[in-house]
Amino acid sequence: MPDKKQDLIDQSLQDLNNDGVDRRGFLKCMAWAGTGLVWTMSGGVPVSRAFARDYGKKADKGGDFTFVQISDSHIGFNKPANPDVTATLQTAINKINAMPHTPDFIIHTGDLSQLSKPSEFDTLDQTLKGLSAKQIFFVPGEHDMLTDNGEQYLQRYGKGTKGTGWSSFDHKGVHFVGLVNVANLKAGGMGSLGHEQLEWLEDDLKGRSASTPIVLFAHIPLWTIYPEWGWGTDDSEQALSYVKRFGSVTVLNGHIHQIMQKVEGKVSFHTAMSTAFPQPAPGTAPSAGPMKVPAEQLQQVLGITDVNYIVSGRSLAVIDSPLGS
Amino acid sequence: MMKKNVCLASVALPVAIAMMLLAGSSSVTANAQPSATAAEVKIDNFVFGPQTITVPVGTTVTWTNSDDIPHTSVSTEGVFKSKVLDTDEKFSYTFNKAGTYPYYCTIHPKMTGKVVVQ
Repeated sequence: MPDKKQDLIDQSLQDLNNDGVDRRGFLKCMAWAGTGLVWTMSGGVPVSRAFARDYGKKADKGGDFTFVQISDSHIGFNKPANPDVTATLQTAINKINAMPHTPDFIIHTGDLSQLSKPSEFDTLDQTLKGLSAKQIFFVPGEHDMLTDNGEQYLQRYGKGTKGTGWSSFDHKGVHFVGLVNVANLKAGGMGSLGHEQLEWLEDDLKGRSASTPIVLFAHIPLWTIYPEWGWGTDDSEQALSYVKRFGSVTVLNGHIHQIMQKVEGKVSFHTAMSTAFPQPAPGTAPSAGPMKVPAEQLQQVLGITDVNYIVSGRSLAVIDSPLGS
Repeated sequence: MMKKNVCLASVALPVAIAMMLLAGSSSVTANAQPSATAAEVKIDNFVFGPQTITVPVGTTVTWTNSDDIPHTSVSTEGVFKSKVLDTDEKFSYTFNKAGTYPYYCTIHPKMTGKVVVQ
């Protein structure tokens, strides 16, 4: 079975690599994404390979490094789709701690809590304390800004950020930008970055060398996946226009509780699994509500994403791992 | 339009009286109460149902969230604003002026609805 999977992945990658955004190849990739796929951006050409277990072992050479994305913990959610989201977050943490090398840091792409309650944030903090990696960067999800325009979120997780919680930092030659697209949402719209943040982003990227690898992360996808369910960001085009000149751009999102990937030119888009509950594939259910799966399958549809940066190719490789693997 | 006899405890009695009065007479002025009726909007599968609801002046509209995900019901023009409604939580607002009141879920802004008060 693994060999069969491997063949299919290789075949689909062949399709993809031949023409960049071949639809057939892309769909195949999507279908197999849940089993663990490595995306490498190398000189603007998307190169992918099947799950490489020893990939992370190389991460201590030179300036190579690994970081991990977790998303959509929804602490406080207690419905049948997953009555114990704290336990599955703990499983995710155990998985991160068991990695061959401690990641340099963690990125949480939002929906830390279910209802922005102080007790939920407290539980999250307690649970995250168990992480081997001590530095965590956050962006808020819409669930984290429910009651007070995000005041509490900002106090707890947004120290040193601007506006509603956006910020940027550099790490070993890679420029990271955390964006907020869940604040001040307009009736009938999708995610929104807003004018002030876009101006800041343009300014933040100005003057940086085009060879600097860029990682953008935000809660709601920065590409339109399914507008009927609001799975996109109304003004993401403008944000993406600012990164067009860069040779390697990786966009990491959450919100949709499933893996989706797209490569457009030099920009590689990726959404992560949730640590709490899965959501249906676009249009396959009456709504985007939590998807109930048999208990024994839950750990296959929750997961983490680790990202390896390889200095030699100025490339980032994105690997998804279900909790139950 | 849905007329329900089961309402929030705080409005159940005046509504019941008003309904009885309405049955007998078209003008209700007793106790300077506006003619009170009740209507319900269900939030189900990320949809306000019915999406447009038309009610007489004085109607108390109650939104009930039946989803496993929290929602809000917030007037686009700042007229009313629910707190965050978790599963099975309710929000009521009484419309005392005629007009059209568009609203949406601030968490999932694709969810929109309208209350038309006549």
